[in-house]
Amino acid sequence: MKKIITFISFSIITAAIILIACNKNVSGRTANLPPLNPSNIDLNAGTWKTVLLKRPDTFAVATPLPVTNPAYIGELNEIKGYQKNLTSDQADKIKYWAAGGVLRWNEIMRELVAKYNLPPYQNPDGTYPIPSSANPFAYPLFPFANPPYAARAYAYISAAQYDALVACWYYKNKFNRPAPYVVDTSVHAAVTKTTLPSYPSEAAVLAGVTTEMMILFFPDEIANIQQKAIEQEQAAVMSGAASRSDIIAGDALGRQIADAFIARGRADGAGAAVGNQTIWTALETNTIARGETPWYSLETPKRPPMLPVFGKVTPFLFDTATTSALRPGPPPATTGDQMKTELNEVYGYVKNPTRDNTRIVHFWADGVGTYTPPGHWDAIAAEDFITKNYSEVRWARNMALLNMSLMDAAIVCWSTKYFYFNARPTQLNPAIKTITGIPNFPAYISGHSTFSGAAATILGYLIPERANAYTAMAQEASTSRLVGGIHYKSDCNVGLTVGASVGNYAIQKAKADGAN
Amino acid sequence: MQTVFKKRRLVLVSVMMLAFMNVLQAQTDEDAIMMSKNNLCSGIMYGHSSWKNYWEGTFKRDNLNLGTVSSNMYSIMENYGVNRKLNIIANLPYIETKASAGTMHGMKGIQDLSAWVKWMPVEKNLKKGTISLYLLGGASLPVSNYVADFLPLSIGLHSKTLSGKVMVDYQLGNFFTTASATYTYRSNVTIDRTSYYTTALVLSNEVQMPDMMSENFRIGYRSSHLIAEAVVSNMTTLSGFDIRKNDMPFLSNQMNATTAGVNFKYTLQKISELAITGGANYTVAGRNSGQATNFNIGVFYVVDFSPKKKNKK
Repeated sequence: MKKIITFISFSIITAAIILIACNKNVSGRTANLPPLNPSNIDLNAGTWKTVLLKRPDTFAVATPLPVTNPAYIGELNEIKGYQKNLTSDQADKIKYWAAGGVLRWNEIMRELVAKYNLPPYQNPDGTYPIPSSANPFAYPLFPFANPPYAARAYAYISAAQYDALVACWYYKNKFNRPAPYVVDTSVHAAVTKTTLPSYPSEAAVLAGVTTEMMILFFPDEIANIQQKAIEQEQAAVMSGAASRSDIIAGDALGRQIADAFIARGRADGAGAAVGNQTIWTALETNTIARGETPWYSLETPKRPPMLPVFGKVTPFLFDTATTSALRPGPPPATTGDQMKTELNEVYGYVKNPTRDNTRIVHFWADGVGTYTPPGHWDAIAAEDFITKNYSEVRWARNMALLNMSLMDAAIVCWSTKYFYFNARPTQLNPAIKTITGIPNFPAYISGHSTFSGAAATILGYLIPERANAYTAMAQEASTSRLVGGIHYKSDCNVGLTVGASVGNYAIQKAKADGAN
Repeated sequence: MQTVFKKRRLVLVSVMMLAFMNVLQAQTDEDAIMMSKNNLCSGIMYGHSSWKNYWEGTFKRDNLNLGTVSSNMYSIMENYGVNRKLNIIANLPYIETKASAGTMHGMKGIQDLSAWVKWMPVEKNLKKGTISLYLLGGASLPVSNYVADFLPLSIGLHSKTLSGKVMVDYQLGNFFTTASATYTYRSNVTIDRTSYYTTALVLSNEVQMPDMMSENFRIGYRSSHLIAEAVVSNMTTLSGFDIRKNDMPFLSNQMNATTAGVNFKYTLQKISELAITGGANYTVAGRNSGQATNFNIGVFYVVDFSPKKKNKK
């Protein structure tokens, strides 16, 4: 018996040691990508139609020194010096950025959105503090990166990256300076070798433009963002893809183009989107005057509605008159039979939720502390773009089309929500307990559905073989809000349709931009 | 004759709420009592846990959108004596949770099957009293596809665990004291989302779960028909992160809790196979955990599967 006991104990201890020794580190899906290997370098991208810039050469870039110039030879020596004594940390950074600058900055952006997507904690008197861009470092930290805020940040940063890379490609083609690894075969290429000219450096253009844009949206993160930009530029040099002068020219160009987008951002109406007490009260009284039940916050203490004036923000894909034109007709009347039916339908789903419905709800919830539904669609797009071997400029173009769709979807959706200001299912029937948190704004139309309708439409155009999959995903995202108790079916169905209309504007833009 | 009690068919159960999980865990693995050979002690237990205040990191607060978070546990337990020095313990709980305020849906389901092998390699009569050493190995396994990523309303964390425990007991007359320390390895958990934020964005549905340590100290009175004890427990998550201000709790938070409480076990005089247990405890300190009050009650019955019933009193 003693032997058995010893054996059992020994086995348990051994099993424990084996398991404890196991590496529990979780590796992200994009942690170990190979270097970007474009199937087409899109050398003519300097002719593609930009979003905001009038011309690709709006901002001048100086003619580079010839590659035979001693100063340039010195730059090559800088690269060789780095390559001779590369640390493993530097090698890791090269590998990280080589997978694609647009991809990496998109991931960084999603991380910042998730980090800042927290509603402020209430004051002792039951009111809520409002994050202020004038004082971003004090609590509540600026911003509260909620879905409309995030959609706008993704769109501005992506659109600015796209315009900056079009300008970059324009000058690459114009000056046609080869990459260091082409000029000097003793320079090792830690990236995929291509024939793309290297002046100005696309990595530095991205670093410059993104730094300036991101600091606008996430001012607390200035040190972190600047550090990333330096890393990206250093990685470009150490990888043999860019010389110092390629970097300097690219960085300056990127920052100038960012300024144009920042000026647009300061004037697009988003600063007034929070509204004020007068506006919040008017939303309620106007709804009562129409004979409908107004939305009220289901949080305790009651929180002011999220960004009620966001619907007035200037869209990217169409004008503000079109925002109104895209707004759908009213939701079912609160007191009508259809609303009663739809309310019962919601209750039916949440009364005894199935495990699979809960999985769908949580998969698409994208609530507090996440990168929001626009970020989820960026993640879906990014993982598909990785497989397409796009050039950086095409990555930027497709991300810009997606994110402009998502921002404009947010604008039309918010315009609709605050036009009708109708109640969530739980407000009309408190027995409806939800499978995820109820966002603090009116129901009609569903934000998830509008975002998803728009994203699936433009992505289906960009990657036709995935169109059906995107449609199915959008449908599931939309349904998740119904079975989660967050939305009525009308909110979801109309949201998908409105989103698709927004996405169609992006398709029109894509057809005309010269990239096809 | 202190050892008499150990030969008897006794099981003492206490309940501890594991921080935010609302997981009520029956813990016969933490008492210094062994079942006799071929005896099977079976029991059913009810446990209740509730909290209104919680620690968001180190910041103690309430949440008007949760009100009081409570859970009910119904559990079946088995403790079998392979012999007097080697016992096997198993436990399977059903748990339901709810929040008294706000709009969030409660959850329910069968949670984790846990099992322990409990071995008493040393039992020594000293000049005064008896000292004994126990070594335990345990494992737990989720037995349903319950949702882990819905704290604080999840019924558990859906991690597979392996635990090792060392326990020392000293008994003098009818008084005893027991101390134990446990290390728990926790496997990573797969959630329904494809990314989540901890202190960085993780693009995966896999969550790295930090391991845990716990210590348990108990002191009290132990006789053939009554056990009464005071218990202090401490649980520490060995890494993990704090809940940010106004964020939701997450699986891999650093959940710590210190609880203090009492337990009793009463074995009926007339039917010595039947025992009633009860206990209560309160969370006195915590981090990323609810300040829970827990209580439990259980009924246990012993069956002797010995070929010849010679041990009967």
